[in-house]
Amino acid sequence: MALSAPRDQHTTDTVLNARSDARAQGGQSTEWMPYLPASSSPFAPAGTDPASLVWGEVVAPGGYTHKVVARGTRIRFDDPTGNACANLVVYNALEPTERLNVADTQKIPWQAYLGAGHPLLSGDGRVLASIVADTSGRHDAFCGTSTDAWNERKYGDSRPEGPTPSGRGLLVKAAAKHGLGRRDLPPSISLFQGVRVDSDGQLGWQGSAGARTYVELVAELPLLVLVANVAHPLDPRTDYVVGPLHVHAWRGRATGPTDARFGTAPELERAYLNTIDYAEARGL
Amino acid sequence: MTMISSTVPVGASFAAGSELDWAQSLVPGLVVLDERVPPNAPWSGVVAAGQVLTIVDVGGNQSGDCLMYNTADHEERYSVPDTLTWEQNAYVSTGTVLRSSEGRPLMTVVGNEIDRHDTIGGACSKESNTLRYGHHVMYHHGCRENFLAEASRHGLGVRDLVSNLNWFMNVPVETDGALGIVDGLSAPGRRVAVRAEMDVLVLVSNCPQMNNPCNDFNPTPLRMIVVEPS
Ligand SMILES: [Zn+2]
Repeated sequence: MALSAPRDQHTTDTVLNARSDARAQGGQSTEWMPYLPASSSPFAPAGTDPASLVWGEVVAPGGYTHKVVARGTRIRFDDPTGNACANLVVYNALEPTERLNVADTQKIPWQAYLGAGHPLLSGDGRVLASIVADTSGRHDAFCGTSTDAWNERKYGDSRPEGPTPSGRGLLVKAAAKHGLGRRDLPPSISLFQGVRVDSDGQLGWQGSAGARTYVELVAELPLLVLVANVAHPLDPRTDYVVGPLHVHAWRGRATGPTDARFGTAPELERAYLNTIDYAEARGL
Repeated sequence: MTMISSTVPVGASFAAGSELDWAQSLVPGLVVLDERVPPNAPWSGVVAAGQVLTIVDVGGNQSGDCLMYNTADHEERYSVPDTLTWEQNAYVSTGTVLRSSEGRPLMTVVGNEIDRHDTIGGACSKESNTLRYGHHVMYHHGCRENFLAEASRHGLGVRDLVSNLNWFMNVPVETDGALGIVDGLSAPGRRVAVRAEMDVLVLVSNCPQMNNPCNDFNPTPLRMIVVEPS
């Protein structure tokens, strides 16, 4: 799909004409774009107060996005087609050396499969985000995202500007926009395309739960969120199939002792206590 | 020499009378490095492309937490998800290619005397110990402490610690996704051998954990032997 219009539709011979030509392009909309203010998103989840929205975006297939959100923010990912795959890395925005630790995220809750109630833990014994709603149930914390080497072998191309970008290639760019480099990219998790382990350890493709599912997170600390919407590495389809991903976020409250999820397991309760301890000491 | 007494609490070591089998390299060749890692301690070494590192589980069921880096570019390091994805398997065993964050082979398991090794469970740490066992264990030693101390000797820091591999540790994943560290499958003198596919910096934490069975509640030494295969 060509993004630029043919030459003969533009008059750009002087600065004044070039300015007029550029300004005439504003105000359009397309299938994948951020909505500003976020309250103007046509896809805002039902029941949300538009005035509380802080993020409204449709992430393109093969696209990426990133944002820093406040502690307590509720973040929702919608898969409208059943083909989105949200590859996520989260960091404590105040100290990005504190970041998603997939091993602790699987080990500490004694559960490898992500779902509602699961904490996304950092390596510092705190909850970066809690999964608080999940209508998909098809996620993966084993395979991470695709690398250039993987996509070159599978599709013959991995360039971020090409038709089959690698997830890592996109996350490298998203991280770079926050001053983070390759060494700052830990293993990621992915939402909406499931993988299951059989009794021999074989990783089996489960794929999507279908169209119109969603996952909601609560940011338990000020959170840097990196998202790449790319085909899962184990997706058996030979074509690179990925659908748009809706991302919305709105102001809310971090998990506290009065929330039912706070004390559902002793490991989780101590993880929330560590998180609240950090937030209180920092005056958050 | 006078014995100096100390009030510092230190980690547990193996019980007197524990069976220790120091074994030998699993692969024949010219020995270029042969070092003993005491219980609780970190270790690091460079294994050149083509050389084979044998790790001996001297006392049996002693987790050797392990990270690997391309010596020419430390930003390229061991990647659990890439290893799992290319193998399409959650366990490390004979033939497993240990891959980097760029999907390239770092090392290959060329010899192995136990069923499988873990690469899901990550490293123990003071911080995660508080989640698992309670805040009273905060001053217990942990593998993350070892990794940070040893990494700093190579210009590496907290940004360079990623999900690791655990030699001789047993973490089954059940069909409902339940997983956890359970009793080990190893024994004194059992070995694993990995061939470097590029020049690799290997960091190991001889796990000091005393609150779960990853060291059989009896931390024992590891022996690291690097050979130029004959
Ligand atoms: Zn340990």
